[in-house]
Amino acid sequence: MTATAAIVSPLGRAPERVPRHRRGVRDFFVRLPVRAVIAVLLVIEVYPMVWMLLGSFKTQDEFLNAPFWALPRSFSLDNYVSVFTTGGFGQYVLNSVLAVLPSLVLILLLGVAAGFALEVMVWKGRGTVLLLFLAGIMVPTQMILLPLFTIYFRIGLTGTLWPLILTYVATGLPLTVFMMATFFRAVPREIFEASTLDGASMLRSFWSIGMPLVRNALFTVGLVQFFFLWNDLLIALTFTNSSSLRTIQVGLLNFTGQYGAVQYGPTFAAIAVNVVGTLLIYLFLNQQVMKGLTAGSVKG
Amino acid sequence: MHKVLGDKRATFILLGPALLIYTLIMVVPIVWSLFYTVQDGNPITGFTFNGVANFVTFFKDPAAWQAIGFTLTYALVLTVLQVGIGYLLSLMYVFWIRRGSGLVRTIIFFPVVLPTVAIALLFQKLFEAAPATGPVNALIEMFGGHSVDWFGQPAAAFWIIILMDLWRSMGFYAVLLYAGLVDIPDDLLESARLDGASGWKLIRTIVLPLSLPVLLSSLIFSINGTLKVFDTVVALTNGGPGNATTPLTVYMFQTSFTYGQYGYGSTIALMLTILCLLFTVFIFRSTRRDLTQEG
Repeated sequence: MTATAAIVSPLGRAPERVPRHRRGVRDFFVRLPVRAVIAVLLVIEVYPMVWMLLGSFKTQDEFLNAPFWALPRSFSLDNYVSVFTTGGFGQYVLNSVLAVLPSLVLILLLGVAAGFALEVMVWKGRGTVLLLFLAGIMVPTQMILLPLFTIYFRIGLTGTLWPLILTYVATGLPLTVFMMATFFRAVPREIFEASTLDGASMLRSFWSIGMPLVRNALFTVGLVQFFFLWNDLLIALTFTNSSSLRTIQVGLLNFTGQYGAVQYGPTFAAIAVNVVGTLLIYLFLNQQVMKGLTAGSVKG
Repeated sequence: MHKVLGDKRATFILLGPALLIYTLIMVVPIVWSLFYTVQDGNPITGFTFNGVANFVTFFKDPAAWQAIGFTLTYALVLTVLQVGIGYLLSLMYVFWIRRGSGLVRTIIFFPVVLPTVAIALLFQKLFEAAPATGPVNALIEMFGGHSVDWFGQPAAAFWIIILMDLWRSMGFYAVLLYAGLVDIPDDLLESARLDGASGWKLIRTIVLPLSLPVLLSSLIFSINGTLKVFDTVVALTNGGPGNATTPLTVYMFQTSFTYGQYGYGSTIALMLTILCLLFTVFIFRSTRRDLTQEG
């Protein structure tokens, strides 16, 4: 309660009554607590990343005997080398890429087509089908894991990355269809009617007019889905039954236990490798990512 | 003209593949899962029909109640904190930092894109007691205290889970709510100020009522997401110490895949689904009633 009062109090100040020459000084002191709050927040958010990066260069001895704020004695890449050699991270990264990229392409392609069919095309029952897709956003993934495990086992897909790809596509579709339908809602129908008057078939209008119109939206949705899939643990944990199929998240989860005693340096390097991909994307595309993730927050 | 947009063949080609995959991999398994709830066994031992036995077991199972208790406590505490702190942050962005809040927004938002497993491992090390002393315990020792085994005590483990998720998500909720706040027209705020409303009063009478819709949707997103918590717990505490921090999702996973009880596992999954539905409907109805009462 006091925090609320402290934060909103400057709203009430009336700067007009303060003589001009004193306003700068006053403003500085009024703004000081805000600046302090912001500074503390930024340190809290950023420090763990700095600590991780520095830790990835430290030796086991430095972790056990030097204080946590000490800088690494050398910037040797030994920890990173062991992540990829003894840790087998190369395979994990490859598995993640092989599972996520095809899923992403399929989700976007199928999702944008379905969104178009559900929003632009006119037919009986499209409201019901849209609701059916929406229900998929609500239902927890736990609900489908056991039957899928049985299905994949019976049709012999266990031991490949196919269970991951298929499940990723199906679980990614509801949100994508929903978002694409929302974007198509803003496009005037006349555009498609005009293009068909010019002799284009409906499929052609979709491909050469509908798709380019929602290109930016498609990119944003793609980013959101990429984060969901790349960071997924539940589905990957369920369907990767051998270590050669592990994705980067499952690999990292099993990483610490591998040597008996915790190997701090390599663990920190593994965390850094795991984090760097999404962090780099955020560094360059943060505005789109923020827009997309908040728009896709229905997923929870 | 509707004839063109009513092209059945085109609709079929565009919608068919998505609907087929969605039906086979989401809809069919959901229904299939309902059949599992009235059976006992797994694909290897075979299934036997056992009626409502799984549901009876569920309501008599202390571990299940523990999981429900943890799930609800976690979801409610985290929802209140992350939406509350997110709202405070968004108020700060709009009324305190104003222009130039873009950079702060962007920096505080970033942890939400990071993989949960990586952050959880990092937080384990941050709060570690032995063999290496993590930063938190090192600071405690510096001020003369003793290292705390954070993950050895249920209450401490619970709060670290909450703390980590707050660290991750407060910037996200701040941006979500910020979008609602900047939509409030400036002249409305200005005229309220001229009428003498300021500070807390301005927030309570103008800002809060106008941002109620976006607060409501944030609450629904948050409850829906937090009831399904999995990654955080698995990677940070793995449900421990004992089963003190085991939510329904993790209990379902252990029951199904560690102990091979598909029937009981499906029952737990169904209970989780019902819980999610109940909460969404509950929040939606209770806030709708409030809105109509206040006119």
